[in-house]
Amino acid sequence: MNNKNTHPLVHISGINKYFGEGDSRVDALRDIDLDVYAGQVVALLGPSGSGKTTLLNVIGCIQEPDGGHMALDGDVVYDNGKWLRSDLRALRLEKIGFIFQFHNLLPFLNALDNVSLVLELAGHDKALARKRAMELLLYLEVDHRSQSYPAKLSGGEAQRVAIARALANHPKIILADEPTAALDSERAGIVMDLLRKVAVEQKAAILAVTHDEKIFDRFDHIFHLRDGKLDE
Amino acid sequence: MNLAYRDIQHNMGRFLLTCAGLSLLLGVVLSMIGIYRGLVADALTLVRTPAAHIWVVEADTRGPFAESSRIPGDTREAVMRLHGVEQAGSVTYQSVETVHNAKKLRVYVVGYELNRPGGPSHIIEGRAIAKSHYEVVVDRRTKLKLGETLRLGSYNFAVIGLTDGQVSSGGDPVVYMALKDSQELQFDLAPSAARLEIARGNTPDNSDLDTVNAVLARLTLHASPDIAAETVRRWKHMGAMTQQEQEDILIKSVVEKARKQIGLFTTILLIVTTVIVSLIIYTMTMDKIREIATLKLIGAPDRTIIGLIVQQALAMGVIGFTLGALLIMSTKDNFPRRVVLQPEDGLLLGVAVIVVCILASGLGVRLALKVDPATAIGG
Repeated sequence: MNNKNTHPLVHISGINKYFGEGDSRVDALRDIDLDVYAGQVVALLGPSGSGKTTLLNVIGCIQEPDGGHMALDGDVVYDNGKWLRSDLRALRLEKIGFIFQFHNLLPFLNALDNVSLVLELAGHDKALARKRAMELLLYLEVDHRSQSYPAKLSGGEAQRVAIARALANHPKIILADEPTAALDSERAGIVMDLLRKVAVEQKAAILAVTHDEKIFDRFDHIFHLRDGKLDE
Repeated sequence: MNLAYRDIQHNMGRFLLTCAGLSLLLGVVLSMIGIYRGLVADALTLVRTPAAHIWVVEADTRGPFAESSRIPGDTREAVMRLHGVEQAGSVTYQSVETVHNAKKLRVYVVGYELNRPGGPSHIIEGRAIAKSHYEVVVDRRTKLKLGETLRLGSYNFAVIGLTDGQVSSGGDPVVYMALKDSQELQFDLAPSAARLEIARGNTPDNSDLDTVNAVLARLTLHASPDIAAETVRRWKHMGAMTQQEQEDILIKSVVEKARKQIGLFTTILLIVTTVIVSLIIYTMTMDKIREIATLKLIGAPDRTIIGLIVQQALAMGVIGFTLGALLIMSTKDNFPRRVVLQPEDGLLLGVAVIVVCILASGLGVRLALKVDPATAIGG
């Protein structure tokens, strides 16, 4: 599904990120170059502390890199050591969907409201937001649990609701942190199939951090991070 | 979507329990203000009941409430001759402790001349005093009933009327009796003391009995209280003050310390409330760190997160205040002293609670704004 004739949805080059100074300095990311295209599902592997989450945070505009260049969906957002957008939260809302290891649904909102919240935050009318949220739940086959609170959902159901939330604003980039770690093989497979479906149908780029060997075969590319360096 | 409301709705039990705790604290604050107002109201009741314009008392005293005052009983006749005086009456005031039905009963006895200023302003049950001796009208807080006999000093008095809202500045219920009775109660020596005086060769002089604590005067419509009081002040051994001066003395002398004490206590309670609300909001925010991080990550603006915290703090304050006010309104009559709840005090405290909640939520807001959205991502 790679379409290298178009621009990559995630384009980073020469990205560095370090923590601390002097002797205590840790280089979490070193000269990282990565392109992820629409329709691609990409895995990021690496041992604990290798910089996977840091890379995800940088691409998610949560942590500022220390040099390099980054463009998301064609917009250059970081260059020459500074952010080029001041409204990073709005940028995330508009372009990036997040999927977490433990779903991170808001416990005080039911499944439908967890999804429609993102749409309301983006300025959609409440009724339209709920309609779209319901469509997404239907798409992910959890519409029958729309009124259930996260505590009442199974792990797989909660993760599907979380995916629905991540998709709510039609993001071009979906960042997933261990999306199947809390699921058994069967449910992990279902979630990965869903992500694949989303990538293809919505022309989104999906970048997932994972340790889950049982899903390695579901990725188009697998990148390894070791001591802050990226290898395919 | 109102996240504060949804969070409250989801944790309703815990939230209401927190509000209930806060309501007790705010109820105490409100009751302190009510007790202060009650203190002032109690102190002014006795001064206002006679509806006098000037109070004639012993020279160089601030009697009869702030200091003791003794003046001859015939002072009333001199006062009556003053220009502009319409009515005048002699009065005595004294605290008496007695035993009734095997229980200690502390009352404030007011002696007055029948059909002259100084008596009870209204009777709620029974009748007013009609005889010069051995009849009393009592405030219902004495819990005495019509027809009961009350022993004061060496005398028995029949309860023939009930009044209400008549208490001294100390909160003791008032017992009204005829002036002669009160003079005997206040100035007559006990039999043993009288015998001792006779043994010493001192003959009790009945003229000593004709002493009163003050003379109250009501003026005609156009007469000036200031001029009347100034005229009396020129008399030998007499002092006088207007109704306003008497009220000022009572508030400043009798209730000033209590006012400061209660004011200080109320301030401390408000500070304690601020600290407690701050800690509650801070703890509630700490409990929601991951949710706040998730909200930031998915793109929620700061105003949404601030709204979540501040609205919950305000809801807690408003519900806590309302419950506290309802609690005190429903129990105020069971307090040993009068609790006066005035709408403006409630409004002022309500505004103070809102300010306290906004200030208190600052700590939670500060914490929330510092939450790193990366917290939502593991690793």
